[in-house]
Amino acid sequence: MATDYIVGIDLGTTNSLVAYMQGDAPVVIPGEDGVNLVPSVVALDEKKQMIVGNAARKYLIETPERAVYSVKRLMGRGIEDVQEELKLFPFRLADDIQPGEVLRIAIGDRTYNPPEISALVLRQLKRNAERFFGAPVTQAVITVPAYFNDAQRQATKDAGRIAGLNVLRLVNEPTAASLAYGLDKKNNGVIVVYDLGGGTFDISILKLHDGIFEVVATNGDTHLGGDDIDNLLIAIALDDIRGDLGLDLSRNGEAVARIRKAVIEGKIALSSEPSVKLDVDLPGGKKYQREISRDGFEQMIQPIIDRTMAPCKQALKDAGFKPSDIDEVVLVGGSTRIPKVRNLVKDLFGRAPHTELNPDEVVALGAAIQANILGGGSEITKDMLLLDVTPLSLGIEVAGGVTDKIILRNSTVPASATQHYTTQVDGQTNVAIHVLQGERELARDCRSLARFDLKGIPPMTAGLPRIEVKFLIDANGILRVSAREQRSGKEAEIDVQPTYGLTDEQVETMLLESFDFAEEDFRQRQVIEARREADTILEALVKAKKGEAWSDLSREERQRAESLEVRLIDAKAGDDYHAIRDGIDTLNTATMRLAELMMNTAVSAALKGKNMDDADHEDGPHAGHPMAKADFE
Amino acid sequence: MARVESKSSLVAPPNTAEVVANATPLCWSCGEIRADHFCHSCGKVQPPSPADYFAFFGFPRKLNLDTAVLEKEFYALSRKLHPDVFGRAEEKERSWSLEQSSRLNDAYRTLKDPIKRTEYLLKLEGVELEEQSKQATEKARASGDLKKQVVPPDLLEEVFELNMQLEELRAQKKLGEDDPALLEEIGKAKLSLEEKHDALLGELKAESKKWDESANSETGSPGDPDRRKILNKMVDVLNRRNYVRNLLRDVNEAME
Repeated sequence: MATDYIVGIDLGTTNSLVAYMQGDAPVVIPGEDGVNLVPSVVALDEKKQMIVGNAARKYLIETPERAVYSVKRLMGRGIEDVQEELKLFPFRLADDIQPGEVLRIAIGDRTYNPPEISALVLRQLKRNAERFFGAPVTQAVITVPAYFNDAQRQATKDAGRIAGLNVLRLVNEPTAASLAYGLDKKNNGVIVVYDLGGGTFDISILKLHDGIFEVVATNGDTHLGGDDIDNLLIAIALDDIRGDLGLDLSRNGEAVARIRKAVIEGKIALSSEPSVKLDVDLPGGKKYQREISRDGFEQMIQPIIDRTMAPCKQALKDAGFKPSDIDEVVLVGGSTRIPKVRNLVKDLFGRAPHTELNPDEVVALGAAIQANILGGGSEITKDMLLLDVTPLSLGIEVAGGVTDKIILRNSTVPASATQHYTTQVDGQTNVAIHVLQGERELARDCRSLARFDLKGIPPMTAGLPRIEVKFLIDANGILRVSAREQRSGKEAEIDVQPTYGLTDEQVETMLLESFDFAEEDFRQRQVIEARREADTILEALVKAKKGEAWSDLSREERQRAESLEVRLIDAKAGDDYHAIRDGIDTLNTATMRLAELMMNTAVSAALKGKNMDDADHEDGPHAGHPMAKADFE
Repeated sequence: MARVESKSSLVAPPNTAEVVANATPLCWSCGEIRADHFCHSCGKVQPPSPADYFAFFGFPRKLNLDTAVLEKEFYALSRKLHPDVFGRAEEKERSWSLEQSSRLNDAYRTLKDPIKRTEYLLKLEGVELEEQSKQATEKARASGDLKKQVVPPDLLEEVFELNMQLEELRAQKKLGEDDPALLEEIGKAKLSLEEKHDALLGELKAESKKWDESANSETGSPGDPDRRKILNKMVDVLNRRNYVRNLLRDVNEAME
């Protein structure tokens, strides 16, 4: 059982988390720094090492050309899809990308595709979990926005594989959140999940029935979130600067990164303060200063948050519900901390939304519950079952460039449809099928998923072959296709060309390139990480010895601590993981009282001069963004 | 390989063949005689049988269906068949669970809606809904061709009038004008269409009842002229109903 952990991962636009089921309750696994949120930021450091998360954040300002954030916006998309994105985000794409090709992002002198960058974030989460369990982790449930299309889902699954994870299931984020909320309640009724995150918006309506979570409708916008608010505020700031100072800083990466950091901090503060002052140092010794009132802020963002209304209304309509049919509303995603957003939700559905669970963590917690269900379940999850839907209709192109919808949106998955094809020319052995996703009537307005070539049809008179093609959307919302020529009983061969996806072979090579997931490697990494942890505690001890708490200890306590200190230093020099681990644990125990004494001193100091910045960490407006409340060392 | 024979002599065999699965009654795992979805002996999930959606739930092929019972069965079977339940099962059983639960979902989606249920039954009986079918209409709308729809004769005059009014409304909207009298006229037409729609649903229900009764009285002579009459009548009602529904959609779109 030791190697049998299945973790739940929320791979977010701005932050990512990993969680697992500890007994009856899902818990988030913190990183080495003790923080639950891992910013979805990847950077190349001075030593040409790829670093992830909090440690990568400082590069966003120092060397923005070597750091990437919000890469989730590019998952499963092509160059022509992301033109708007490129105006707003400092993505540096390789300049030779052709339409229909998977995007590549330049970091340093290499390029990486979006699944590879996401895989780095996933690998960090995997390591955090492995460190926590002291055992390899190879299986995960990963969440995706409910409104993600097939290509975006496939790209997420690829990222998991590249990171060395067997992705047992992709779960829709709002649905995962509903699991976390429904775990202890298990009451029946209709609930709405409103999920406004960093980059995506989802709305899902579910029927709860004795532990069955049945999604009846979902809708959303995969390009709507807190990022859009940030970009708006940045645009306003750049405009102000152009007007007041006559400076055009829009192409100055570092200045924009500074402004970005300031507006994000301001945005977060405005959820609890009536107004904030932006104060940004600009190149050339100039300063940008502006005061924003909450009223002013709310007016500015109104058009952005209003964009969530149409998907909400459509989902209600599709579900066949009126607002008065809704029993509970749940908020998910950091952007739902904005009071204006909460008011909008309240007005739309006529009831105050639930906010008991931390909106940054609730999706990961739900993913952990689903991981537990897939792993065979436990007493608390044994009656729970998720029935999700496909967010977009699946169609095929027919004569005249028209989309023929064969699986309608909001169909419970798995779902399937069967189509029949024949040939138009005598002896024809191939038939091409173009698969589309979307609601529009014309093929060119829908999302092209893939082109399938049916091959190996036995030569016959035109119109005689009868090829049955089965389209099946699996429980991950991913399309599978199979085909058979019915007259000959031959399985037709299908050649799939995903429109913006990686082929299996490509994923395979990426997997090999980052092949550091083997058992041997895991042990080495354990040693390295244990050493790092030993360093942390040893350094802390050196510091503590200079403080007054040290002299409050008894002589025996001091002696014991010092002899264990020497033992740990010795152990650290070797490469026996257990010896180092043991050294850390014993030293930790022996210095427990020292830590308590120091804590008391710190608390009394803090009570004297309580500072806003440190207060309210739990669910406060400060949690969250990679650039918010940055502790750049 | 066995193909499901169409039970109807009305038209050619239905062209969306019902799953042509392995019809052997033996369990793939233990070789014992299997039950419908699970093996009697070892309990493993079986490949979907070629049965139709009604039979999938163990229901008779009847149109009057208690949707509360259907929902209950759907939930109960979901708990047994959904891929989540087979997270740790062997590959083969997982793939049969995927097949079975997709079929379960497809069946539930079709049967819970009275219109889809009727259309499905007609298809099983070998009847195709022609030009009036939703797909044909949508294709026609998208490609800009005139709808090859036969306007129900009793609606001819009303439809002609309504289309003129809708045309005018769209033109006014483009100019940003507002004509309360016109809106009122269209509103009235809409009400009348809604009444027709409801009446057609009533008619369909009556025909469904007749169908179910005929299924009770007589065992499987699908060529029976009385039953054919009922089927034809249902096709007619459905076509008219679809026509009215499309009109209503046009009205709603124009008035939005």
